[in-house]
Amino acid sequence: MKECQCSVKIKDLRVKKGSHIILNHITLTANHGETLALIGKNGAGKTTLLKSILHSVDFYGKIDFFNSSGKRIRNPKIGYVPQRLSFDRDSPITVMDLFCANSSNIPVWFGHSKKRKEHALNMLEKVGVHKHIDSPIGRLSGGELQRVLLAFALEPRPDILLLDEPVSAVDRKGISKFYSIINSMRKDYHMPVILVSHDLGHVVKYANSYALINHTVIETGNASNLLKSKKVRETFGIDVNEGEEVWN
Amino acid sequence: MELIYSAMETMLPFSWVEFTFMKNAFLAVLLITPLFGLVGTMIVNNKMSFFSDALGHCALTGIALGVALKINNPSISMIVFSVIFALGISAIMQSETSSSDTVIGVFSSAGIALGVFILSFSGGFSRYSSYLVGDILSITKNEILMLALILILVTIIWVISFNKLLLSGLNTDMALSKQVNVKFYKNIFAVLISVIVTVSLKWVGMLMINSLLVLPAASAKNIVTNMRMYHIMSVIFSLFSGISGLILSYYIGTSAGSTIVLVSALIFFATFFINRCRNIS
Repeated sequence: MKECQCSVKIKDLRVKKGSHIILNHITLTANHGETLALIGKNGAGKTTLLKSILHSVDFYGKIDFFNSSGKRIRNPKIGYVPQRLSFDRDSPITVMDLFCANSSNIPVWFGHSKKRKEHALNMLEKVGVHKHIDSPIGRLSGGELQRVLLAFALEPRPDILLLDEPVSAVDRKGISKFYSIINSMRKDYHMPVILVSHDLGHVVKYANSYALINHTVIETGNASNLLKSKKVRETFGIDVNEGEEVWN
Repeated sequence: MELIYSAMETMLPFSWVEFTFMKNAFLAVLLITPLFGLVGTMIVNNKMSFFSDALGHCALTGIALGVALKINNPSISMIVFSVIFALGISAIMQSETSSSDTVIGVFSSAGIALGVFILSFSGGFSRYSSYLVGDILSITKNEILMLALILILVTIIWVISFNKLLLSGLNTDMALSKQVNVKFYKNIFAVLISVIVTVSLKWVGMLMINSLLVLPAASAKNIVTNMRMYHIMSVIFSLFSGISGLILSYYIGTSAGSTIVLVSALIFFATFFINRCRNIS
């Protein structure tokens, strides 16, 4: 397996809604084994960029996927963890139902085979929520639900993982657990990850590179240099005083 | 059919079985209600009860067009027109140009208005009033056979599509990431609901049909914790209220449709309080 080979190539992507241009001339690449963070103000088009990769919105331009040996993938498997699931919290859908809805064509209310249950348990164990396999998804805490969705996104093993502000409903302890799972998965699977986050601290800590978006790509760079960037500081209104960052 | 009739007479030793219209109505209830219970779970889960209501209202326009154009087979033309309307609403909702709330509101009232307008064109709307309140006792032998055929077909498509419908309802983008053709399945959902509503509208009535779709599933949701029990209980509640409502209406002398809906509503309130008591304790 070659290191740092291009996984997703976005070329001259444009998205319009009516006469309003949401994204314009976006050209970006995400590499295997790397976490690319999309940062920018609210309404800058970060989520729309993820939606374009998912083909959830109409767009102009090209989005190509490649496997780790550089071969183009026509129908890539995409793992996606949404910011939040807006579903009925009283819904009786269990974690197991969610997994079976994807892995089988037999309606989930017919029951689940032992083999599928073991497989789902295996996936859930990786993210540490296996004891909730029979719990309704509405009864899980924010952090537990996001970890279930992460395990769900990783099944079957995706060619790329998209995370849309995945920890906005997760408490502080849950956040570090969530990201450490992502990091170990990325290393194990050598998987490219595209992360939308509004929290620069998380980006510096957990991402490899960043792209500052404001309807187009303003700047790209190494995540460790993020806070030194003038454009990033201007966008987020960060004051740097003797190395101490103050968020406005 | 004669075989089924005589089987019913032997198995059900009640006075109402003597009447053919009651036997037909009973068979129709046995056909319609389990499917309503089954499909209702998805409607309740995806918070789409007003969507199905609007589809019911548009089915009236579909039926009206079928009647007005005097096409050879009115049932088929009704279904075709209702399906076209259902796809229309579904497309407008998915285009996200207006909020789904508004789209549903517009179609809901325009559907009834257009239906009543066409049916009353020659001045004789009263002939069609059964479409509003339903008349399950008027169902004939041939209509039951047609109903059975269509409902079996709908059930098969529903079962095959269920998991994809479930994922599409949870989160569109997540379903897309799992390579589910969300647009296609949302249309399938609209079409199936509209077909069920159209073929049952004459016997259940437009004003009450949505209650039959929503109440059994809503009652089941009050007391279950997994999808399997959700579906089993919803079908049981639907079947129970259908049968008991029909028989009660015979003895009390009330409209069958309204009695069935009232039994469903009573079950809903009972399960609602059971759920509340459980949560408090």
